[in-house]
Amino acid sequence: MFKIEKAEFIAPGIKRFVIEAPRIAKKHQAGQFLILRLEEHGERIPLTIESANATQGTISIVVQSVGKTTYQLNSLEAGDTILDVVGPLGKPSVIENFGTVVVVGGGVGTALAYPTTAALKKAGNRVLSIVGGRNRDLVILEDEMRAVSDELYVTTDDGSHGEKGLVTDKLRQLLASEAEIRLVLAVGPIPMMKAVADLTREKGIHTVVSLNPIMIDGTGMCGGCRVLVGGKSQFACVDGPEFDASEVNFEVLMQRNRMYRDAEKRSLEEYQKRLKEEEEASTCQLEGVRP
Amino acid sequence: MSPVKEPSANPLTLKERMNVPHQHMPEQAPALRVTNFTEVNLGYSEELAKQEALRCLECAKATCVDNCPVGVKVKDFVKLIVEGKFLEAAAKIREDNVLPAITGRVCPQEDHCEGACLLHKKVESLGIGYLERFVADYEQRVGAKLAPNASPTGKKVAIVGSGPAGLTAAGDLVQKGHQVHVFEALHEIGGVLVYGIPEFRLPKGVIRQQIDKMREMGVEFETDVVVGKTVTIDELFGEERYHALFIATGAGLPVFLNIPGEHLNGVYSANEFLTRINLMHAYEFPRYDEPIVDLRGKHVAVVGGGNTALDAIRSARRLGAEKAYVIYRRSETEMPARIEEVKHAKQEGIEFRMLTNPVEFLDDGRGWLGAARCVEMELGEPDASGRRRPIPKAGSEFEVPLQVVVIATGTSANPLIQSTTPGLKTNKRGYIEADGETQRTSRKGVFAGGDIVTGAATVILAMGAGRRAAKSIHEYLSTGEWGTAVSS
Repeated sequence: MFKIEKAEFIAPGIKRFVIEAPRIAKKHQAGQFLILRLEEHGERIPLTIESANATQGTISIVVQSVGKTTYQLNSLEAGDTILDVVGPLGKPSVIENFGTVVVVGGGVGTALAYPTTAALKKAGNRVLSIVGGRNRDLVILEDEMRAVSDELYVTTDDGSHGEKGLVTDKLRQLLASEAEIRLVLAVGPIPMMKAVADLTREKGIHTVVSLNPIMIDGTGMCGGCRVLVGGKSQFACVDGPEFDASEVNFEVLMQRNRMYRDAEKRSLEEYQKRLKEEEEASTCQLEGVRP
Repeated sequence: MSPVKEPSANPLTLKERMNVPHQHMPEQAPALRVTNFTEVNLGYSEELAKQEALRCLECAKATCVDNCPVGVKVKDFVKLIVEGKFLEAAAKIREDNVLPAITGRVCPQEDHCEGACLLHKKVESLGIGYLERFVADYEQRVGAKLAPNASPTGKKVAIVGSGPAGLTAAGDLVQKGHQVHVFEALHEIGGVLVYGIPEFRLPKGVIRQQIDKMREMGVEFETDVVVGKTVTIDELFGEERYHALFIATGAGLPVFLNIPGEHLNGVYSANEFLTRINLMHAYEFPRYDEPIVDLRGKHVAVVGGGNTALDAIRSARRLGAEKAYVIYRRSETEMPARIEEVKHAKQEGIEFRMLTNPVEFLDDGRGWLGAARCVEMELGEPDASGRRRPIPKAGSEFEVPLQVVVIATGTSANPLIQSTTPGLKTNKRGYIEADGETQRTSRKGVFAGGDIVTGAATVILAMGAGRRAAKSIHEYLSTGEWGTAVSS
């Protein structure tokens, strides 16, 4: 059992949790993830670790409600517990002083890019960050990212905050204006990472993406998270989650992530139906006791 | 045939014993069991067990015992069954095997005790596995008193992995008075017993009972710890102050065929397919969250000929697969699966496509598997494994329409621990080097055994390694002497 110390929404549908997990907190390095299971009937889902505090024995994660498990997780509050949390898993990000690096964070991906960005900054890099979202509300961790970046650019699809446009529009500008970009790190939705890879491939700039395939055990045992990189099968849980973007087959990743779409939809619908029924039942009871 | 020397409770002459028919295991009817995941074998009654036990010839030189990787005193426990002393029989097995309800169900007895049984020369072997299962289940039902542990030694032993090797070592070591702590990477204890072997062959309840027994004996378990990631071997020796460590992490990474189309949706490794079903209960979706591809009405094949392959395809059948094939590149005689599983699979309507090998998985046009292109094989000269080498027949390619395929052709070493433990020697295939007798590795105080040393093998062989490791760890902790390290 792992206790939730703190839980707060940082954007609509996006919640940050601080969880007591001393073993993981002690070992975490930027770029690594954990796998959690909420309860006895729960599935195992991978989530990138946003930060860790070894002295307090806590880690934090940022979760967007997408499917049944993330909705259920985001209904939890401080004091609640999570049945299983295991990690830190995966290879840590490669942190060196590369020179000038660009970090691209899309939506909740910004939270996943944050620990690596902070580590890159600490290692002496000149960090140019682009964070984006569909609208103002979905641009997250702007202040945190600004604190670890030399320059920070914000984009929104609807122009409600920062520049109107996509993160890749801004990246295109930087690629044109900055002569010495040594590394691009992109974390976000698959189409965004693919678009970044297409832009930087032309320029031959080393680009790293953090992939999010479906996983179960997270230790290399099942092979469910295999991704096609450079024409070869790699396991995101042990060989990744970060890979050279120019070699990643994003179509296969997207196609494999759709494998359980029907089941995921059904799972979420039944969960929401159950919630509604429970709510109605409790409302009825309350009405019943009213004098 | 060896004469009976000791006094025997068995009233039958040797000849009469040979004439007692082998008692068959009652089982769920095939038509019924393909619709559920409950156990196929129903177990002997007391009468059936006593009747079967009467068949034992009580050989002076018990080859069954010699051929058991953990040395279960078969003759002695069978004799106790004849006498109706079932709890004593269970205790007798427990002297050498802490998991009798499990081995009684999944051990390939034909390769060990039953294969060595003298009866086998004339009639069917004694049903040693069935008898073992009977006494283990009887003990569970009636509730047995466990033998007390030796007095505490003050030594701490960490076991990495809670599969058959780890559990066996843990059981033996706790009885010797050591403090034993088992680390498990997954959320449930049991390793391959829970993620690999399906409910219909080894019910989870049985595993849980055996593990509860070990808890009662004083073994501590900690789930959600990936040694090598969550904590390293050096930290276990350092700040966590363990005196010895046994690595029993199992077989590791699934091997794919390296043929085109393996990334298509609908292509699974056996580990993933079985983990979804067994560990994650995908067959109970949506009551459990983890899904599996809907197999109802689908054509499904498994590639491979071992127990894992049969577990996968029999699970697929239970999940509604209309056609269920075993595709194997050699012939049925070379299949490494247990004989009983082959029999059960056939009864369940699984089709065996022997001497066949897939060469490509074909896209249905939407990113899903549509068919496998296969080639016919023929057997040539024996290869390094002693089995005849399968050779593709030129021009024999054909297509099998399939929506789901499960690859069950083996595993390779998981490097998680080796890569984070300086000084731990591995062989060229990446498995940990350990002495075959003492299970000692190249690192002082570190022992290893089971599939992480040998590559994929069986539950009972892993248990044998666990026993040897426990013996050797106990010696090391008692004497403090490490002896000669493993040479490479």
